Amino acid sequence: MRGTRTKLTPYLLMLPGGLWLAVFFVVPIILMIGLSTMSGNIISGFGDPFHHFGNYIDGFTQYGHQWLNSAIYAGLGCLISIVLSYPIAYWIAFYGGARKSTYLFLILLPFFVSFVLRTVAWNYILSDQGIVLGRLKHWHLLSQNFHIIGTAPAVIGGIVYNYLPFMILPIYVALERVDPRVIEAGRDLYANAATVFTKVVLPLSLPGVFAGVLLNFVPAASDYVNAQVLGGTGNNMIGNVIYNQYFIVQNYPLQASLSFSLMGILLIGIFIYARALGTEDVLEAAAA
Amino acid sequence: MSAAILDGDTAPAPAAGRRPRVRQRKRRGERILHWITWALIIWLALPIAFVIMFSFNNPHGRYNITWSGFTLKYWNPSRLFGQYPDLTTALEHSFEVAVIATIGATVLGTLVGLALGKYRFRGQGATNLVQFACIAAPEVVLGSSLATFFLQARFQMGELTVIAAHIMFCLSFVAITVRARVLTLDPAVEEAAKDLGAGPWETFRLVTLPMIMPGVIAGALLAFALSIDDFITTEFTSGSFQTYPLWIWSASRQGLPPQVNVMGSIIFLIGVIFAIVYSIFSRRRA
Repeated sequence: MRGTRTKLTPYLLMLPGGLWLAVFFVVPIILMIGLSTMSGNIISGFGDPFHHFGNYIDGFTQYGHQWLNSAIYAGLGCLISIVLSYPIAYWIAFYGGARKSTYLFLILLPFFVSFVLRTVAWNYILSDQGIVLGRLKHWHLLSQNFHIIGTAPAVIGGIVYNYLPFMILPIYVALERVDPRVIEAGRDLYANAATVFTKVVLPLSLPGVFAGVLLNFVPAASDYVNAQVLGGTGNNMIGNVIYNQYFIVQNYPLQASLSFSLMGILLIGIFIYARALGTEDVLEAAAA
Repeated sequence: MSAAILDGDTAPAPAAGRRPRVRQRKRRGERILHWITWALIIWLALPIAFVIMFSFNNPHGRYNITWSGFTLKYWNPSRLFGQYPDLTTALEHSFEVAVIATIGATVLGTLVGLALGKYRFRGQGATNLVQFACIAAPEVVLGSSLATFFLQARFQMGELTVIAAHIMFCLSFVAITVRARVLTLDPAVEEAAKDLGAGPWETFRLVTLPMIMPGVIAGALLAFALSIDDFITTEFTSGSFQTYPLWIWSASRQGLPPQVNVMGSIIFLIGVIFAIVYSIFSRRRA
């Protein structure tokens, strides 16, 4: 009796949470895959699932530009984020001393203001006649038709801004774990500062950089808020297309095929990543 | 300690003559890094400063984007909560959803975390995979697939569907945090409790739960933070139900009233004070 009970315990513990995930995550995803292979539209009704794969072709041929924008904005955003985050993470990890947690807290401050409000605030700060550009134009330091909002750099800037802490933290954690004795050993072997950095510190911190890329790229590539608030109408990403197909056009099969393509591409990418690094690291980085 | 070593203060003195220059260069490098760090902290804080500053602005038109004089009138509770009842309701909704979703996700996620951390069982790999996919899936996909599901099931979208969605995406984060904590536990402690005559429930309540509590609390805080600020999934699953971020989103096109800035500032201050108090307490306990 006792034996069967302990064997059942993990399943009983799993049951409520597992059911919740099954009903509200797995089932909707399966329904979405089915929907993505239906023909028809909202007025004349939809066909049977798994009969029509043209939505996938349409999704890539009609919205190639937005797919490309997503890849470029998120990719550039990640690169800029790494370049900005590494020095900070390095400085806090090695020179932060007793105030390390204070600096980390300061970096997390933006999270105490709503994501939408932060992004809209940037829109206001950088608006054509706002406190910055309006002043500069008033002083004739900028021409009247200069603008930032509505451009691709504004979208990339917004992406970097919103996800930067998710790059700094994993790099910091990786650098913090570097054993100072290893650096010392490098010195003792007559490596100069640059060699110690490229041969010792940088390789040891790469898992942090990889985790940061993951935490930045996935939300950035599928985001539509930054593109809509800061990019105007001309810099749409694939997230905007999915949003419009769902809320405005209501072409659910096409929207489902776009969603599944996006998720598939990102998950395959992550899977290759996870294989190279070990799943545990990626999961833990995601949790941190 | 690592800082001291990099400073070169504790390193054995190399040949005299080279040392001062190397040291000077290192100091300069350190100073530049220090400046970069502060510059980025200021950049990160800039929109917050803007939000707080413009909560004291007295705008002439609908757009609260140019400074036109200091006023405290929007901090007056009757104007703050009375002028836009929808905004006040949306803020209440945000807290309501966050509290319920945090409780739900923490209870369910803790159980999953315990199962994954303590036991080896069939289906564990599949569970890990589903959780991983749930965390890694883009929000726009989570939101749109859930909304399609609710549509097909003819389930009226509103507060309940938002709570269901929030519990779903918070659950895995709690489970991972708790699982990480469970893995650090020594199974001998639970065995000792059993040897001393404690039943499974007593062992859990008096031994396991107190030991995993830091993980549970961390998971709950994470869930609360994720839920209260969620925008994308909420927008897809909310129907006509509005939360604070949704209200800001729909109002931002016509210009946000200063009340939004005041509420944003208050939430910011409460959050910061809470975080500082929490860190002082946890440091004292440690």
